[in-house]
Amino acid sequence: MSRQYETVIGLEVHVELATKTKIFCGCSTRFGGAPNTHTCPVCTGMPGALPVLNRQVVEYALAVGLAANCRINRYCKFDRKNYFYPDNPQNYQISQLYLPVCRDGWVEIETSAGKKTIGIHEIHMEEDAGKLTHDEWEDCSLVDYNRSGVPLIEIVSEPDMRNGEEVIAYLERLRLMIQYLGASDCKLQEGSMRADVNLSVRPLGSDRMGTRTEMKNLNSFKAIARAIEGERKRQIERIEEGRPVVQETRRWDDNKECSYPMRSKEDAQDYRYFPDPDLTPVVISDEWIDQVRRRQPEMQPEKMARYQEELGIPEYDARILTSTRHMADLFEETAALCGRPKEVSNWLMVEAMRLLKEKEQEPEDMAFSPANLAALIGLVDRGVINRTVAKTVFEEIFSGDVDPERYVEEKGLKMVNDQGAIERVIKQVIAANPRSVEDYRSGKEKAMGFLVGQTMRAMKGKADPAFVNRLVKERLTK
Amino acid sequence: MSILKLSATELGKKIRDRELTAVEATEAVLRQIREQEPRIHAYVTVDEEGARKRAAQVQAQIEAGTLKGPLAGVPAAVKDNLCTKGLKTTCSSNILYNFVPSYTAEAVANLERAGAVVLGKTNMDEFAMGSTTETSAFGVTKNPWDTERVPGGSSGGSCAAVAAEECFYALGSDTGGSIRQPSSFCGVMGIKPTYGTVSRYGLIAYGSSLDQVGPVGKNVSDCAAVLEAISSYDRKDSTSIPRKDLDFTAALKADVRGMKMGIPRDYLGEGLDGEVREGILRAADVLRSLGARVEEFDLSLTEYGIPAYYVIASAEASSNLSRFDGVKYGLRAEEYEGLHQMYKKSRSEGFGTEVKRRIMLGSFVLSSGYYDAYYLKALRTKALIKQAFDRAFAEYDVILSPAAPTTAPRLGESLKDPLKMYLGDIYTISVNLAGLPAMTVPCGRDSKGLPIGLQLIGDCFREKKIIQAAYAYEQSGEGRI
Repeated sequence: MSRQYETVIGLEVHVELATKTKIFCGCSTRFGGAPNTHTCPVCTGMPGALPVLNRQVVEYALAVGLAANCRINRYCKFDRKNYFYPDNPQNYQISQLYLPVCRDGWVEIETSAGKKTIGIHEIHMEEDAGKLTHDEWEDCSLVDYNRSGVPLIEIVSEPDMRNGEEVIAYLERLRLMIQYLGASDCKLQEGSMRADVNLSVRPLGSDRMGTRTEMKNLNSFKAIARAIEGERKRQIERIEEGRPVVQETRRWDDNKECSYPMRSKEDAQDYRYFPDPDLTPVVISDEWIDQVRRRQPEMQPEKMARYQEELGIPEYDARILTSTRHMADLFEETAALCGRPKEVSNWLMVEAMRLLKEKEQEPEDMAFSPANLAALIGLVDRGVINRTVAKTVFEEIFSGDVDPERYVEEKGLKMVNDQGAIERVIKQVIAANPRSVEDYRSGKEKAMGFLVGQTMRAMKGKADPAFVNRLVKERLTK
Repeated sequence: MSILKLSATELGKKIRDRELTAVEATEAVLRQIREQEPRIHAYVTVDEEGARKRAAQVQAQIEAGTLKGPLAGVPAAVKDNLCTKGLKTTCSSNILYNFVPSYTAEAVANLERAGAVVLGKTNMDEFAMGSTTETSAFGVTKNPWDTERVPGGSSGGSCAAVAAEECFYALGSDTGGSIRQPSSFCGVMGIKPTYGTVSRYGLIAYGSSLDQVGPVGKNVSDCAAVLEAISSYDRKDSTSIPRKDLDFTAALKADVRGMKMGIPRDYLGEGLDGEVREGILRAADVLRSLGARVEEFDLSLTEYGIPAYYVIASAEASSNLSRFDGVKYGLRAEEYEGLHQMYKKSRSEGFGTEVKRRIMLGSFVLSSGYYDAYYLKALRTKALIKQAFDRAFAEYDVILSPAAPTTAPRLGESLKDPLKMYLGDIYTISVNLAGLPAMTVPCGRDSKGLPIGLQLIGDCFREKKIIQAAYAYEQSGEGRI
């Protein structure tokens, strides 16, 4: 049954921008804080207060627009979207309807089916609303305006996606792009990136659009994938049963894995959009665009290609190293300090990834300085410590950003290179394990490994295992 | 001579010269307020205690030499739609009956920097919607010239307070004539500056793209001095314009020789009271005799101003006033079930008839399907009206006109027919649509003894031209009332 239908998906993605202050006032955008402490007359809708546009918001919107190959509207305006709700202190949201900052762009995605271009219909700037808390115990609602006026961009795609894999690839693409630009941290769970899915189905081969629904409350990539599958099935079922799909907004419940209608087109609100008379049009000059363009960083696809070509990093590793701007920066800065890109890649790919998984952290959470990782690599290179010791030191760097040289010094972890000292230990180990010596001499090669291990253990790991190996062998064959 | 008879700048000079103190002036005017208020009701709130404290403080600064300007120590009144920190600001509406702002409007803060002593907040039409001050939720203000008549509006309280000597000058706001029309009815002077000259930060918005704060005073010099004090480039207001020509008192020169003035012929026709017409033409003759060249011309588009204005102002108002919802401040209905009912009841109880009418009108013209037909068309009309003025100002330095078609009407007459009341704005409204500066100056009285107002309109940023012309006319003594 499902083979006969094609799914058509378009996305509306809201991204909270990383500005220090709000879009129309000087209040802090910092997450958290006691309720209503990051507020002023403007973002609490006091009578007589007026909005003033934060230029940084336009810069970020331009950066994203340019990275997404958009046409920039040299003359853009803000409009008021009128609706009553207590999280919105003015009872209108300042947004852009008639002349958004960016139009007509595209991004390239890659899925198992290959590469594909997804169109961007527009990108516009707007303000976020406050947060409502319903206290059922007290039977009242409380509102916190700390988030009111935090800047957002809304990226509206064309209905170019056909399945969940493409949607996830598109979102990943946007997330990487926006993170690289430093415009947002794009965390779905924390709400700094939110996606609404517009979905319809149509008979395969048809070029007419089916009736679409809009799905909200999607808090993770997994939820998005599940919601797409669920909604596709629901619509097909309705069509097969001869019941029409109703154009409506639905809320996805990821626990129950199904969606509920929020409002239908019939009771859709009339937002009475009109240009906000308190804000003057934003005129974007060629110089401004050039400035933003010049500041654009190297983006992920280019970075990944460069790592492979210039630094000889394998594709898989290059992809992971560039999977966040933070990781890529860490890699590049460390490599620049120690001149050993492959070595740096190994530490990040193996040890750092292991620790992230263990601690259930994200790459962004890595807080150690490139200098300390570079110093650690130097210590191994110069034979000051061996790899086993280096791994423990790396854990210390990872969790506490310790200076490895000082740490090794303080904990006495330097390798013992004194041959006499090592030989004295070997002598004791051989004396204590006559059985193993016997075994080795009777042809059991394995026994030597045991003796080397015992020696390393007695030396608390502070010796070069290869060197110990050689000395043990010499001793046994004497 | 009584302190109360002094103009603001005269009083300022006497305070500077140590002939009088800010405290004496404040006491004198507070006494006058106590005597006159039962008759006039110009104020919503009189802040006796605050004014006394402030007067003493200002006087000390003047004596210490840290406060010098021409308005230092002079008591003033402020229209109740300008936010004043710690002092109730109601817009003469029930919905803000208890609202105490947490900050002060930029125009008022500028006045305070100039050493003003704020006496209180003046009555107005609710949210500045009206032309008579009768839509106030806190009672009507009466015209000091005849208490059976309205003072005009919406800045009726400010103009009546100046006329009744209940302050030395006042701040008003003007969206479609709200300073100039009541100035005309009360026989005082008022300026609506070029849009963007005075910050709107802290002015509770009615029609944001048309609102401007301006002075109301006893004479041209006072108006120029007050306008100079309140004008500033304010980064908190995106529509504020940086200007280097804010020294308006420099234009106080009694000289109109060679000035070219035009009277729109379409302003003198149907609907204009005969005596007002005569008054305006007499004033034109005076200006001619002083050396100005005055002629009639066709401005055109006059009849489109009123519909365009009511569409734009109501549209903006419907959105501006949506923040008054009972959630954050102001009136909340006592009994309600659920959010929707709380909104509905609070707003139904909080807003008066005229405000509701304009909110509904504005919501209608913005609703989907009507936006293009009404709102966009009104914006295009606005642009055409601006062009008509541009053409006129290519010819003339100043445009002369009546400020209102009649002198002050009787109480209760206007609200019976709102459409007729709207038509009373015909000479003032286009000025706001075009963002121009304009001023009202008294030019004699009619046979009922009521003041007639002459309006002088200037091109954008040419306040000085109209101040100079008004000053010359005033100095001639011919318009004295």
